[in-house]
Amino acid sequence: MGWLNAVIQGLLLGGLYALFATGLSLMFGVMRIVNLAHGDLAVVASFLALALVSGTGLPLWVVLVVTVPLFAVLGYLTQRVLLQRSLSSGPLATLLVTFGLSIVLQNVLLEVFSADTRTLDGGSFATGSFELNGSISIGYLSLATFVLACAVLVGIQLFLSRTGLGRMLRASSDDRETANLVGADSRHVYGIATAIAFATVALAGLMFAMRSSFDPATGPSRLIFAFEAVVIGGLGSLWGTLIGGIVLGVTQSLGSQIDPALTLLAGHLVFLAVLAFRPQGLIAGRTA
Amino acid sequence: MTDRMTLSGMLTSRAAAALDVSRAARSSKPSAAAMLAVVALLAALPFMVFSNVTDTLVNLFVLIALASMWNVLAGFGGLVSVGQQAYIGIGAYSVIALADQGVQPYLAVPLAAVTCVIFAVPTSWLAFRLRGDYFAVGTWVIAEVYRLLVVRIDAVGGGSGKGLAGLSGLDQTMRGALTYWVALALALATIVACYLLLRGRLGLSLMAVRDEETAASSAGIDVRWAKLVVYLVSAAGCGAAGGVITVSSLSVNPDAIFSVQWSAYMIFIVVIGGIGHIEGPLLGALIFFGLQQLLADYGSWYLVLLGAIGIATALWLPGGLWGLVRDRTGLSLFPVGYFVRGRGA
Repeated sequence: MGWLNAVIQGLLLGGLYALFATGLSLMFGVMRIVNLAHGDLAVVASFLALALVSGTGLPLWVVLVVTVPLFAVLGYLTQRVLLQRSLSSGPLATLLVTFGLSIVLQNVLLEVFSADTRTLDGGSFATGSFELNGSISIGYLSLATFVLACAVLVGIQLFLSRTGLGRMLRASSDDRETANLVGADSRHVYGIATAIAFATVALAGLMFAMRSSFDPATGPSRLIFAFEAVVIGGLGSLWGTLIGGIVLGVTQSLGSQIDPALTLLAGHLVFLAVLAFRPQGLIAGRTA
Repeated sequence: MTDRMTLSGMLTSRAAAALDVSRAARSSKPSAAAMLAVVALLAALPFMVFSNVTDTLVNLFVLIALASMWNVLAGFGGLVSVGQQAYIGIGAYSVIALADQGVQPYLAVPLAAVTCVIFAVPTSWLAFRLRGDYFAVGTWVIAEVYRLLVVRIDAVGGGSGKGLAGLSGLDQTMRGALTYWVALALALATIVACYLLLRGRLGLSLMAVRDEETAASSAGIDVRWAKLVVYLVSAAGCGAAGGVITVSSLSVNPDAIFSVQWSAYMIFIVVIGGIGHIEGPLLGALIFFGLQQLLADYGSWYLVLLGAIGIATALWLPGGLWGLVRDRTGLSLFPVGYFVRGRGA
């Protein structure tokens, strides 16, 4: 029964990884940018929520409603001001700019909030759970995160396939010059894609914060989870990212069932195995 | 044969007679002499200054070596890695393990480079499946895997690290001086290795691969081989640097030695100094080192500043500071290209 429980918990954790990795997948799919500050942005969202909750005493859902749109705006501005410029200076520049951003964010957080480990108190919702049977209990937060992840993925998929802006986004992703010729403003479109990515990162950052502790140096390890989910699932495929997140979550959960020290290693090894034997990912092809 | 010479052949030989093609720039001879003098001065330094100065300089030499190795990997090979800390860690742990077996720690430093090459061969097979940005994060994951594997080995101290055996018999002044010379030798060796590597045929191949991989391969360059060589050289250099870090600090901690912070240092030193120039890492390391010493009392703000300068350089000054110097003055300390001048000019 312990194993079944591990699989279910891993599945739910995988939902969170997928939600978190969506932004990375989207930015790579549309702009060919691997955002190395992805993990740190989630940690920034966690700290921002912590500061808002402790500073203003607002309830958590209000903080959520404030933080996510704020990050979307930040995302749009980051794309227009920093990343757009780096796109024209070659592929190395985007990597350096996002890596620089990552180092700056980490160390500013370190100076402002110190290196202490924090948690975001999500109240009874975050700690509560219901029993499925004698040995399996499912946390409300885990389940809600999983449902939220699926909802966000469905939402982005619908946005990409049904709306005009989504069509422009796909067109710009396929061929920027031609899309520009037929009236798409690729800079605006890229800004929208980054805004969506940042919003999902903020959402995932808040979920991470309620689930486990964080400190200013947590970002890089989070980035690695997201990256692994994207590569395992297949580059540039949103549904692949969900599958990848779930595979990663289940593997980590099974690894910790064997030995808690194996949690991270098990995830990394599955990632390397996919890299060695199926480099195109479990679900090949691009939809975003 | 001569009367059947083609028109293009004739034109080429006439043009060649009018031009002077040489490796060295005009400034090369005086600058080479100046560099030799600097090296001699640095080598004699332990006899002239207090040990705290040489101890600080060890850090600078390690940074120069690491940055040079990252520069040759990314600036010439086009392999942008964020995972070279894997080899720093493997090198450091090699020295610890070899010293435990009774090998003299200073002799273990070059052996650490060899160990890293042995590890780099299978690693490259995995890492080379990824391209561009994905190579960067992939190498990072591989470094993490090495860290997680090392902390499971109890013989080298598990998660808490281990002290270096075999240096306790040495007098402290002597140990400081020896560590300094080993670090200086490492920095010089990496620079000389980069220079020799890049002025040869391989250097040309690498630059062709970096600029346009498909075209380079269609021109007959063995792309995979060129990349592998540069990856192995870089692994060896980082491994030796990891060894020097260990003989300097006398212990190793897995989280510190496998930290991605090393990659941050390497990347920003090279980018600020000038990526793709051998002189870039030297200049960048001096700037980084100065910044670090200057802002020593302000916690990690120097890293914030470094990141910001790095971003600005990547956006507005892709050639880095050395690129700027070179464009203005034509100065080249390590000429790897050819200079073409008209005769009599």
